Amino acid sequence: MSTREVPTRGLLYLRRRQIIRGILATTAFGITSKLVGCSSSPEGSSAGGGDEKPLVIGFLYVGAKDDFGFNQAHAEGAAAIAKLPGVKIVEQANVPETTEAQEAMRNMIEQDGATVLFPTSFGYFDPHILKIAEEFPEVQFFHYGALYQEGKHPKNIGSYFADVDEGQYVAGRVAAATSKKGKLGFVAAKPITPVLRNLNSFMLGALSVKPDIKMQVIFTGDWSLPVKEAEATNSLADQGVDVVSMHVDSPKVVIETAEKRGIFSSGFHTVQSSLAPKGYLTGAAWDFPSIYTQYVEKFKAGQTVIDDSIPHLIRGGMKEKFVKLAPYGAAVSAETQKDADDTQAKLIDGSLYVYKGEIKDNTGKTEIPAGQNLKVTDPALDKMDWLASGVIGNVGG
Amino acid sequence: MESVRRRSSGWSIHWGKTLESICLPVAALLFSLLLFGIFCAAVGSNPFEVYGSIYKAAFGSWRSFQNTLIRASPLMLTALCTALPARLGLVIIGNEGALVVGGIGAIAAGLALNSAPSLVVQLSMAIAGLVCGGLWIGAVGALRHYRGVNETISSLLMNYIAIALLNHLVNGPMKDPASLNKPSSYPILDTNMLGVLPGTRIHYGLIYGLVACVIAYILIQRTTFGFAARTAGGNLRAARVAGLPVGKLTMAICFLAGSCAGLAGMVEVAAVHGRANESLNAGYGYSGILVAFIARYNPLAAIVVATLLGGILASGGILQRVHNLPDATVLLFQGVVFLVVMYSESLYGRFEIFKEQSAKIKTERPPAVPV
Repeated sequence: MSTREVPTRGLLYLRRRQIIRGILATTAFGITSKLVGCSSSPEGSSAGGGDEKPLVIGFLYVGAKDDFGFNQAHAEGAAAIAKLPGVKIVEQANVPETTEAQEAMRNMIEQDGATVLFPTSFGYFDPHILKIAEEFPEVQFFHYGALYQEGKHPKNIGSYFADVDEGQYVAGRVAAATSKKGKLGFVAAKPITPVLRNLNSFMLGALSVKPDIKMQVIFTGDWSLPVKEAEATNSLADQGVDVVSMHVDSPKVVIETAEKRGIFSSGFHTVQSSLAPKGYLTGAAWDFPSIYTQYVEKFKAGQTVIDDSIPHLIRGGMKEKFVKLAPYGAAVSAETQKDADDTQAKLIDGSLYVYKGEIKDNTGKTEIPAGQNLKVTDPALDKMDWLASGVIGNVGG
Repeated sequence: MESVRRRSSGWSIHWGKTLESICLPVAALLFSLLLFGIFCAAVGSNPFEVYGSIYKAAFGSWRSFQNTLIRASPLMLTALCTALPARLGLVIIGNEGALVVGGIGAIAAGLALNSAPSLVVQLSMAIAGLVCGGLWIGAVGALRHYRGVNETISSLLMNYIAIALLNHLVNGPMKDPASLNKPSSYPILDTNMLGVLPGTRIHYGLIYGLVACVIAYILIQRTTFGFAARTAGGNLRAARVAGLPVGKLTMAICFLAGSCAGLAGMVEVAAVHGRANESLNAGYGYSGILVAFIARYNPLAAIVVATLLGGILASGGILQRVHNLPDATVLLFQGVVFLVVMYSESLYGRFEIFKEQSAKIKTERPPAVPV
């Protein structure tokens, strides 16, 4: 620092320390940029015709809108309702679960006139949505995740959640029917209930086709770890797994890696056929275009969550059109496709249950006794902490 | 360091320096606005309308200025974690880790004392945050001083350790079984949360940040301790020869630096989240490094820079919503501003206009003597 004055050198002369600092600052800048909520798409903001004041609906995403995963699934839903007359969409992507989320919601309400908000990420709920909802009691908030508690949370909050188990069950059947080696793989983020439900229902579907099938699970530890996800997929392929599925934020890496290794993949969140034209079988996907359209119809009919005319908690599976199956890939035989369609129909009409006792975990303990059938919306399933029989791995990691 | 060397030359020198350190960043800011304006014009937006929107979203009204201040307050504290050791010649970038560890300490204290009076709880949380963050960066200082470990690398790596520790704790020993989908610690009681400033939505973290920056400034610029630290930063060997306790200085400064970031973690826990979880690790630490660099390690300037950065962050959404500019526009703006400001740092001392009469006479004297 003591040599700051070097007047003899030109204006472009930089000292080593300055360069190091510059590099560090650039890195810091890159990371800071994650703090910035950007986006809101021009194409999404087109209001329907007419002079009537449009219904302004705000969407917040924790990541990018084109992640082939959770955020894209929601963004596709938002894009679908943006086309409806009298609806205007405002969106902000890359909004971290900090005070930034609160500020983004506030801006949408105050600057854009949003009266309904869909802050999609799970972590937005507590404390961010709770705080802003209290502040703006006339604005409706709908959060993805069955977290609403009567009496504890503000009246203007609604929860909605799609139980993906049925989709995964069918996808599991397709995977087992297509697998030649009888060994499946599953790349999972964290050993928490929604992930366990997802992989267990996939496994139960597979077991219903081939009772001796095995599935190796690998927990990566976090929602978005592309390098670890690629490693996990490669190691599964090395172990002789020939169908891999996943529950991570963006299935992109797993599916692309599987395609490169020449094995099959079964997607999640949204449709990823374009990533793996050869190996993509199908996948359980959230049907947000349908979910959000259902909500908009309710708003149009004058219903609100504030006066309880919209239920505070809406859950659904395939029957409610909350979950859908991605279109079958080229590798799925006509026979398997027909079986999957039939299974879907049975799940929808209620003659088939995903969780049909007796179900044992992979240590042999009975988790759901014989004779007991659980609907996917059954709250008992929200406490799941086991791995179904045939799954290789354990919840501790 | 200049001010140290020239303190004897009196106040006139200070004026020139002050003027220079105000004019250069302002000029840099204007220049970057010009560059950004060219970009806006190139993509078909009126640059002046865009400037207007940024101003409106960041500073235009009291409501939007609150948005800016909320974003700025953690940055003031984390900036000090880099700014203070820099005066000692250490480049420490462990802000994120110190923030996380401070948050862990704060939640541990908050949960242990959950039933105590709220003032006691808040005070203990703050102290726990300060101490934990302080010890964290103190360890970096100790490695540096006693073992010669490069402080930049070690503090960077300590970030990862801190984040791993947080993940372990909220997934294991501290986990609230109710937090199924997003593993978190048990929450502190609502009554123990830090409130907001009356009539605003800004939490007390802003006051902590402002006070910490002012104290840091006084400590570094106006006390013997600060003078010793700056001397050691200017020339370590000379400081040793002069008998300054370099080891103690290193440890003390590192402890203070870490405790500032730790306090930021405490504020995140006590004012925003009410619990510890992965949201603690949201990048405030890394942004603090940026603020410190641009503020040229001056704690008072850090307040201004943090506010500016907060403002730019606050204007993030409006550019797309009003002007239909692409997503990355605000990042581009930020990047241009910071690169130009960083570059302008290399221009200090190169403009005659900022040199004081006395300084000029000094440089002109030698040729005058032979005549």
